Amino acid sequence: MKFRKADPLMRDLRRVLPPDRVRIAPLERSIMGRDASIFEGGQAGPVCFPINTAEVQGCVDAARHHGRAVVPRGAGTGLAGGAVPLEEPVVVVTTKMNRLLSVDADRRVAWVQPGMINLDLSRALAPHGLHFAPDPSSQQVCSLGGNVGTNAGGPHCLALGVTSAHVLAAEVVLMSGEAVVLGDPDGWAPGLDLRGAYVGSEGMLGITTSIAVRLTPNPPAVQTLLLAFDSVDAAAQTVSAVIADGIVPAAIEMMDKNIIWAVENFVGAGFPTDAAAVVIVEVDGLPGGVAAEADRVAELAVERGGSVRRAADDHERALIWKGRKSAFGAIAQIKPNYYLHDTVVPRTRLAEVMNQVYEIVEEHDLQVMNVFHAGDGNLHPLLLYDRREPGIMDRVHAAGSAIIEASLAAGGVLSGEHGIGIEKRDYMPLMFSEADLDAQARLRRAFDPDEMANPGKVLPTGASCAEVNALDKIPEGVWG
Amino acid sequence: MTGEEAGEELESFAAEVGADGPVAVVGGRTQWDIGGHCPEETRLVRSPAGVRGFDPADMTIRVGAGTTVEELDAALAEAGQRANLPVLAGATVGGVLAVGRDDLHALGRGRLRDALLEAVYVADDGRLVTAGGPTVKNVSGFDLCRLLVGSLGTLGLLGEVILRTWPRPAAQQWLAGPCDPTELRRSLYWPSSILWDGQMTWVHLEGHESDVESEAELARSLGCEPTGGPPPLPAHRVPTGALEAEGFPGSFLVQIGTGVAYVSDPCPDSDPDATVAALHQRLKAAFDPRGRLNPGRDPLAAG
Repeated sequence: MKFRKADPLMRDLRRVLPPDRVRIAPLERSIMGRDASIFEGGQAGPVCFPINTAEVQGCVDAARHHGRAVVPRGAGTGLAGGAVPLEEPVVVVTTKMNRLLSVDADRRVAWVQPGMINLDLSRALAPHGLHFAPDPSSQQVCSLGGNVGTNAGGPHCLALGVTSAHVLAAEVVLMSGEAVVLGDPDGWAPGLDLRGAYVGSEGMLGITTSIAVRLTPNPPAVQTLLLAFDSVDAAAQTVSAVIADGIVPAAIEMMDKNIIWAVENFVGAGFPTDAAAVVIVEVDGLPGGVAAEADRVAELAVERGGSVRRAADDHERALIWKGRKSAFGAIAQIKPNYYLHDTVVPRTRLAEVMNQVYEIVEEHDLQVMNVFHAGDGNLHPLLLYDRREPGIMDRVHAAGSAIIEASLAAGGVLSGEHGIGIEKRDYMPLMFSEADLDAQARLRRAFDPDEMANPGKVLPTGASCAEVNALDKIPEGVWG
Repeated sequence: MTGEEAGEELESFAAEVGADGPVAVVGGRTQWDIGGHCPEETRLVRSPAGVRGFDPADMTIRVGAGTTVEELDAALAEAGQRANLPVLAGATVGGVLAVGRDDLHALGRGRLRDALLEAVYVADDGRLVTAGGPTVKNVSGFDLCRLLVGSLGTLGLLGEVILRTWPRPAAQQWLAGPCDPTELRRSLYWPSSILWDGQMTWVHLEGHESDVESEAELARSLGCEPTGGPPPLPAHRVPTGALEAEGFPGSFLVQIGTGVAYVSDPCPDSDPDATVAALHQRLKAAFDPRGRLNPGRDPLAAG
């Protein structure tokens, strides 16, 4: 559809926002037609850049008046197609609402606008000795509003929990146009946990306009261990053994042989390229517990044939994490494209499901690399391919489906941190019964009876989206 | 108990709840009066009880909602673990989740609402519904589990749950003294509880022995001394904002960092935000349009 400035919807949006913040240029709409997932072909309507709650309300009112859907959008780094607009909705982009509104260090709470970048918040909090715990690997570019939308995770969510545990309250514009605060910045609001229902709702209940986040004190002591193993099995068993021993480290990350090689070639983090797998374990807290837990982790690794390197100082620790976080940039050395999956399995089934992943990938004649949050069983197999190869996408998708099915069969779930979006919408019936999905739809309709917020996501409708096709690659640096 | 037997028990629980007539689950009746009373004609049912599955290496446990929290705690203690549920004598797991009140250690251990990974409940139409998933990390679909905790059984009746578990710490210590709770919180790294009555402050420390010792030393330097436990709680639970009301009477105990205070005299109810109240009504209408689940109970009135 061609939009004209004189269209009634445009006319109403321009009553709310100045012309430079309601955009209809084909290029703008085309950029907003995608997020960082493999889905392209989304169709954005007018793209709005509000700077405050009243303007967001104005955008919603105008959309509702003209019977148009609304898609909230943060930095567009989502990996499940949650922000891909379908059928030319009004796209409300919150990137210009990017201020830190207040910090109360004693109460450990900060109010932030949704467009603020995740890492910018922790940087701003550094002088207070505090940080925001969820640290998705895209944290240099992803926004806090998007973190709320997807209930984002990250390596350091193992002990401290994902975004939901770190959001005290959110101001939200509902599709009625009303603004409401869900939760309470002090930590408790009487009644149903509307805050908890909202976090992770993938833009389908409303638009976040500000967030009260819980702040976490920086740990007085940290130890980072790099464990190297001759087999993936031994690495996975060590992860299970650490948890079984009653240790919940701040992070347990695992990387297999191919990705170790690619990373080492790319950043020179000092990873052993002859290892079949490495596990990064970080323990933090008070010095006594940290020392005891680090020693015990090292013992458990050695018992399973592993070798142990402890980061001697902050520099070495930073280098190990740089290796972990550069993984996705390193992949381009091997294949031009990749598809990153995100499932979770019980931690005791890790070794078994990883072996199945290798088998599945071999069956489909693909290459895989694994770099993932092993401590909470959150697998991230990366399927590598060259999209120019004829028929390759069919194999990529077939392998992806088989990985999802293997994860569910092991008692796992569809997504650990990327969300459902478009990507896994049609897999939902594999995990949930009709009655389960009906309950989720009831929650959605209680907030948004007309299903006006981000329609076509998460809940399968039976109608397929023929215009949305999977292809291409995920931009570097935006992964879970 | 096999998975099949547990499934059959859930099916019979659902059949007992049925699809018609007012119905409520009764647990240990330890918090029965919170949030209103069911009318006399309300049929009372009991949830299945017992531990259904516990692999300590996964740090999750599956139990019938009718299991007592004491039984849950004992099963976990054998493996050196615990769940972040208040261990109220006689209370059931389903009961404490439905009421949704944190115990005194929410500051350090996290909120009760985050303990629930998966819930199987009976919906208003008698069908069994699964919310959430069995793993410690899961963002598959809408987060109904958060909504169920503290819902007083008004959206669904809990039959079985999977909870996240945590290691039991090696050492713990209560201290108390006339010190400033804010300064105490600023000085200590990760206290599990700080309570303040306007004059005295109580603090609970837990963790590795040497860490508890060094943090206790720090607390002593701020005026606290070891004590046996927390003070008795005043009867009524209110949001801390209620204490800021002018001329607030009576005694109080603030659970620092959680937004919760306990007061001796009931505060006048403040009206909830109109949009928040409307969302409550719409959720109730969506999940239980005939109002048959725990009739007479209102989570907004629960305090």
